[in-house]
Amino acid sequence: MTPLVEVHGLHFRYDDGTAALNGVDFHLNAGETVALLGPNGSGKTTFVLHLNGLLRGQGRVSVSGLTVEPKNIPAIRRKVGIVFQDSESQLFMPTVLEDVAFGLLNRGLDSVTARARAAAALETVGMCAAAARAPYHLSAGEKKRVAIAGIVAMEPEVLVLDEPTASLDPPGQRSLAGLVADLPQAKILVTHDVPFALALCQRAVFFQAGRIAAEGPVEEMVCRFDWHFAFERSKSPR
Amino acid sequence: MRHVVLERWSRGESCVHRRDPRAKIVALITFLAVVATAHRALAWLAPGLLLLLLAGLVLAKLPLTGALVRAALVVPFTGVFALICWFAGEPALGLRLLAKSYLSALAVIWVVATTPLPALLNGFEMTGVPRFLLMVCQFLYRYLFVISEEAQHMSKAAAARGTAARNWTAPGPSFRAAAGALGVLFARSYARAEDIHRAMLARGFDGRFLQLHSEHFRPADTVFALVASLAPVAVRLTVERVVG
Repeated sequence: MTPLVEVHGLHFRYDDGTAALNGVDFHLNAGETVALLGPNGSGKTTFVLHLNGLLRGQGRVSVSGLTVEPKNIPAIRRKVGIVFQDSESQLFMPTVLEDVAFGLLNRGLDSVTARARAAAALETVGMCAAAARAPYHLSAGEKKRVAIAGIVAMEPEVLVLDEPTASLDPPGQRSLAGLVADLPQAKILVTHDVPFALALCQRAVFFQAGRIAAEGPVEEMVCRFDWHFAFERSKSPR
Repeated sequence: MRHVVLERWSRGESCVHRRDPRAKIVALITFLAVVATAHRALAWLAPGLLLLLLAGLVLAKLPLTGALVRAALVVPFTGVFALICWFAGEPALGLRLLAKSYLSALAVIWVVATTPLPALLNGFEMTGVPRFLLMVCQFLYRYLFVISEEAQHMSKAAAARGTAARNWTAPGPSFRAAAGALGVLFARSYARAEDIHRAMLARGFDGRFLQLHSEHFRPADTVFALVASLAPVAVRLTVERVVG
């Protein structure tokens, strides 16, 4: 089976000289959900920004057989939807409905179709009632749902969620997990949230210093890299 | 997040709130033209126009005192020019300037406080104002609160570390800290702008802003636009005929 996303030998260096990716090889199969784990600054977010051409490094990135290069960028961006970590930056239109319809109008859909699809996406994420509200009136969890609706409405083949549970309370995280699990797309979750990754992902990829250090089942990666929170207070007197 | 009072008012319910933004924009432009071009009998015309605006505020179920106080925010700005006129031996001109600016500000408040900003910008767009200019206004309004919140967080963080008791404008460590905070705020704003642009590109933005339109201009809007536009004209004609 040809993977939906294939990355070979991806290198990227920021303008200030920081080497963010040092030869990443990655694949994602249709219907699969993969967690990207790893320390802060290990290159996870930089990596996912390459998947729809927002950053261009050296190496080969292809989505559904299309190589990420300038002539394919519009098609690639229809196939890969990214939900950014900070929903505040993603929700810039005056109302929720207009924000969700933003990508649809850019794809050339007429106003009536875009409105209907945006409304359907809002229903999928349980935010129909907020359609006419201004995004800055929403709670963090609601903003995240609307941001997801904006991407889901475009019906991408691959859904990338960057730190989706950041700034959400535990009920919000549970509710988001349920929502993400029900979405049919192949998914890449960039996260530090191990329970979230365990609940949703079949596989985890562990980033270290701009490389993939290891990949395998989430539990195995968590154990191998001691990637969970455990703290024992010292019993010795102070 | 804290929101401006005007926005809360704009989400209210009244016959003025329900009207199409274009009808209110036409009425506002007419009112401003009537005020700006009035020279004769302004001492009688100004109270007449003020009464008209008060009637509009009552019709819109807006708090009178709140609206009158907010309109007065324009006075310190025009007051400077009024003082200059006073010292230049033209006190009447100074008073006219104050009266006109106050009435204009109150009229703007009447429109802004009865129309949610998205609808207002949409109305301006449909009346021919360049979309790019409106998008700049929209982005400014959208992220002003976010940046202001970041500034408040930084201010609280600084206060938590003992800078509150000092005058930050005085030369010294506090002034340097405030200057540094301003620099950080600028850098954060720049980074946010980059994030927003990236999020727009990710959803296929190609430099053109496309929008969903939902406003329908109804017969009631036409009647409203006519009445609200003709009222200040009628007041001015009446005053000028009776007094001047």
